[in-house]
Amino acid sequence: MNDPLWLMLVKGVLVFVVLVLLVLFTIWFERRVVAIMQVRPGPNRNGPFGLLQSLADGLKLAFKEDVMPRTADKIVFIAAPVIAVTCAFTAFAVIPFGPEVSVFGIETELQLTDFEVSVLLILACSALGVYGIVLAGWSSGSAYSLLGALRAAAQVISYEIALGLAVLTVFFQSQLLSTGAIVEAQAEGLPLALGGLELTLPGWYFLILAPSFVIFVIAMVGETNRAPFDLPEAESELVAGFATEYSSLKYASFFLAEYVNMVTMSALAVTLFLGGWAAPFPNSWWPGANEGFMPLIWFFGKVLAFLFFYVWLRGTLPRLRYDQFMRLGWKVLVPVSLVWLMVLAAMNIGLDTDNELPTRIAFAGGAAIAVMALIFFWPSRKQYEVPEEPDTGLGGFPVPPMDLAVPPNPRSLKELEPANTTAVPINGSRSTEPASGSQASPNGKEE
Amino acid sequence: MIELAQAASTGEAVFFWILAPIALGGAVGLILARSAVHAALMLAITMMCLAVFYIMQAAPFLGFVQIMVYTGAIMMLFLFVLMLFGRDSKDSMFETLRGQRFFAICLGIGLAALLSAGLARAVSGMTMAPEAPWATGAQSNVEAIAEALFSTYLFPFEVVSGVLTVAAVGALMFAHVAKKGGHRGQKEHSRERFAPGVYPGPRPGPGVFATSDSTATPALRPDGSIEPASLSEYVPPRQLTAAETAPKHTEGREG
Repeated sequence: MNDPLWLMLVKGVLVFVVLVLLVLFTIWFERRVVAIMQVRPGPNRNGPFGLLQSLADGLKLAFKEDVMPRTADKIVFIAAPVIAVTCAFTAFAVIPFGPEVSVFGIETELQLTDFEVSVLLILACSALGVYGIVLAGWSSGSAYSLLGALRAAAQVISYEIALGLAVLTVFFQSQLLSTGAIVEAQAEGLPLALGGLELTLPGWYFLILAPSFVIFVIAMVGETNRAPFDLPEAESELVAGFATEYSSLKYASFFLAEYVNMVTMSALAVTLFLGGWAAPFPNSWWPGANEGFMPLIWFFGKVLAFLFFYVWLRGTLPRLRYDQFMRLGWKVLVPVSLVWLMVLAAMNIGLDTDNELPTRIAFAGGAAIAVMALIFFWPSRKQYEVPEEPDTGLGGFPVPPMDLAVPPNPRSLKELEPANTTAVPINGSRSTEPASGSQASPNGKEE
Repeated sequence: MIELAQAASTGEAVFFWILAPIALGGAVGLILARSAVHAALMLAITMMCLAVFYIMQAAPFLGFVQIMVYTGAIMMLFLFVLMLFGRDSKDSMFETLRGQRFFAICLGIGLAALLSAGLARAVSGMTMAPEAPWATGAQSNVEAIAEALFSTYLFPFEVVSGVLTVAAVGALMFAHVAKKGGHRGQKEHSRERFAPGVYPGPRPGPGVFATSDSTATPALRPDGSIEPASLSEYVPPRQLTAAETAPKHTEGREG
């Protein structure tokens, strides 16, 4: 990347503008899509289709009074949203939007910057972004905020491991740590000969590294604190979690950071697993599809598909209980990632034609056996044993008896025999013996 | 020393002179901060500055791993624990040992002198290293680290990771407390609640269908009898008389 200074500045400003616009769009998009899922109109007043709604909300937030709690730790309280927003925006600098293009006679790549280990920059930024959340919760001096911050810290650290292990398999497969290079590595198809049939699979890693892709997507939702993993800001439990004491522009910046993180994580998933800016069809169908500014369409299309996925999750799944969430992270995602990494390593040695035949057979066979064993001997849930004693219902749950006679309608009985009903005493004389007469039976049942 | 400093490029020198005071300030702030969380944040600032130094020295992998592992994970765990202490817990400035501060300062200065003297002697005879292999494009920085870790230093690497794993498992063993009795989960509780002979619904509150919501007032069934489940075994049941339930003329109105 040897761009002139003005081009770097233009790119930096463009990345910033694109992110802010995407955030405004995503908030509107989320509200509209969730509204459609819940059969209601959603925001539709400001601008065409309500598109300016999030802009109006942002302006409104900016002009609100900025309240600083008396118990707040002032410096940290102000620094926390700054950290969150800075880390969120920085991470997007290494995402490649497209191939090399010519701008005013200068050949440059549609990417702010790229270097040897640029994927690590995104991971480092997401690791530092937690500081914003944690410090916000701690400095607010409120129990809700602190609980939200503790949840956020535990959550992001746990899911970062699964995320890192999923990204590790991509490093492993491509032997590269640079975003641009990983996108280029996925451009090569995977030749496959099935009997006489020869076809080329797309080289995108979501196909080759399918388990990693699934783990990455789950961990990505956990990492961005989005539903169903939005425990740090669970509004029914913790008011607004870590952001409870924040108002005005500071609160808005947490919102901004959350949505920028969503966009960044979607872009990272697209870059690592879905071929980046490459067109979603073979190059022979439309040779010009991967040149010039055309890939911007594919890239943002894929990112929007991921954002829709986020919204879909939010509209569909209820929030997880905290212990279930932690169990999923530590007892499912991390072990599965580790085993998958080992299997992948063995497969790579086994499929390497440079090795001797016994080595290849041993490693490939061993990997296959490991996968089979994992599938067949996956610990299944223990069946519930029905207790020995006689049970009136099914498994202890109350059900109506088999010889149930449907009681007559009390309303019709009351009309037939009005004199038989006894007036309920309102005050004073009350029968004190418990359970006199069955309360459930209507008055005329004895006849 | 001076030749080494002069060999640095302008950009490197500018960044060094910006970041070095910040790193030092973070280190000093770590010692001087009264609140434990502030001290941890100062340490995080120093670590970040060191990471940028690594990146400037053409070791980007090391720099980013420093940020991810030390600042992102380890310092975060520290913060996690410190946050639980409560915000107002500050260092006590009371000296428990007499003259401790004086001796500590003396020993600190002595240690600093020793370290800087040793470092100065070690660095004084140094010459500029030749161009790193990854700078010329022969071998990348990551490849060089990988080769060193997984060939020359494979055994120490494995030993260190083994030791760390053992330490983590040992800490878990110490912290683990076996639960007494079988653990009953949500499912067991639910089954017990719906077992035959158990009323699964909520207990009637005291004072339902009555004139008072006092705990002493039992709930009444629709037929006027008392619901025994609403009676507390510690509070004697009591019924209000008609005179007690009548309006008390507190609002200045008649009747």
